[in-house]
Parts: sequence; C-alpha cells; structure tokens
Amino acid sequence: MDNVFKALADASRRRLLDLLRADNGQTLGRLCEHLDMTRQAATKHLKLLEEANLVVTIWRGREKLHYLNPVPIHEIADRWIGQFERHRLRALDDLKKALEEENDV
Amino acid sequence: MSDSRFVYVTYIRTTPEKLWNALLDPEFTRQYWVGTWQESDWKPGAPWKIMIPDGRIADSGEIIEIEPPRRLVLSWRNEFIPEMREEGYSRMTYELEPVGESVKLTIIHEMDKPGTKFIASVSNGWPHLLSSLKTLLETGESLVETRRWPETM
Repeated sequence: MDNVFKALADASRRRLLDLLRADNGQTLGRLCEHLDMTRQAATKHLKLLEEANLVVTIWRGREKLHYLNPVPIHEIADRWIGQFERHRLRALDDLKKALEEENDV
Repeated sequence: MSDSRFVYVTYIRTTPEKLWNALLDPEFTRQYWVGTWQESDWKPGAPWKIMIPDGRIADSGEIIEIEPPRRLVLSWRNEFIPEMREEGYSRMTYELEPVGESVKLTIIHEMDKPGTKFIASVSNGWPHLLSSLKTLLETGESLVETRRWPETM
C-alpha cells in the first residue's frame, strides 16, 4: 500500500491517471501530447505507477497500451469506508459538486 | 479508439488452483459475486452463463479458450438489460500467474467497438468484485455488500 500512496503523491502522476481515466488504453506517444514533460520523465512516472499497480500495460500488435487500474484505490476505499457509509458519502459528494457548480456560475 | 477495453490487475495471496476454483465454483462466486453463479461444462466451445438468484440469466456466452489454472477466455453478452444485449458479444480473459507467494490475476474485458455501455457498466463492477474476492481468499470472508444480488436490479 505504501507504493500506492507514494505514486499518488505527485501531481504529474495524478495527471497521467486523469488522462487515462478520460481515455483508457493510450500509448506513451499519445500521453506525451498532453503533458509538459519529456518522454523520459513520463516513462519514469509511468514506471512508478506500474510498480504501484495503478497502471497496467498490454501489447496490442506493436503498440504498448497503458490502462488505469483502479483496483488498488478500491482496496484502500474498502479498508476504510464501511458498507452503510457509501450511500451517505455519495449524497455528500453530490451535494458538494452541486454547490460548487453553483458558485462557478 | 476503435474498441473499448478495461484491464484490471490484482495480486492475491493464494495459489493459482484456489483462485481458479474461486473464479468458477458456484460455492465461491455466490459469496462475492452478488449471489450469482456460473453454469458451463468448461470445455472449449461449451456454452456459459451467469445465473441470477431469482432465476434470470445475467450474461451468457461461450468458452473460447480454457487452460486451468492459467487462462480462460470467454465470449460474454449481457442478457437482462436490452440496450446492453443489443451491443452483442464482448470478450473476457482471465490470466493467472504465480508471483512469489501471490497470484497475479489479470482481467481483460473488451469489445471491438468504441464507447459501449456494456464495457462502461462492467468497469464499475469488476473492481468491487475483485476487492471482495481478494478479501475472501485472504481472510475467509467476502465484503458484505457483494454477497447479495441488489434488490433494485
């Protein structure tokens, strides 16, 4: 679990996960189009994410595709969120989003 | 993208044989796969289906490849939600690989068209099932909320 928190404790790596969440299964080249970092830096960040099992890669033909693997985050949630809390937390989250959207207008 | 695909990986402290059994055996799946179980002869070409406790069929398909306790490939179509049934068959792969004292379980669920409702829907289900399966194999008890079919479905 330590490596999951370590991997998440960096804005660039969270940005990589956001990009995969928006469009899963991207190549390194495609990911780099949206990032202000060198290919080497992106490779290093992806390696840390892979070691934490937050990113999984598979080969399709000659392309190495990167997928967001939410399983470790889910395991963290299951450890600390009780079964009856889920609904209340969702309701609270919906309320927060609704109120914050109102402020944006 | 011309397809929709999710890839999930979890490491479970168990043996490939025990994990294989937990993925297929009704006694196990009922505990963590919201009360459902699977029926098949588990041979290449054999039909396969997931049964809902109330008697409906949740999903069905065919065994494409089977190599216990390493690899299983299924064709998979939703049967009880018409708009997903219409999307046709997906392909689901289990790969089990021993790593130290654990087994690395990889699940690839894919469809050869983009933006499918079915793949989006299973992507919500898999992480929860996997988390419960891991807990069941490592502690002997599944997560409470994955033991029963949701009444509203």
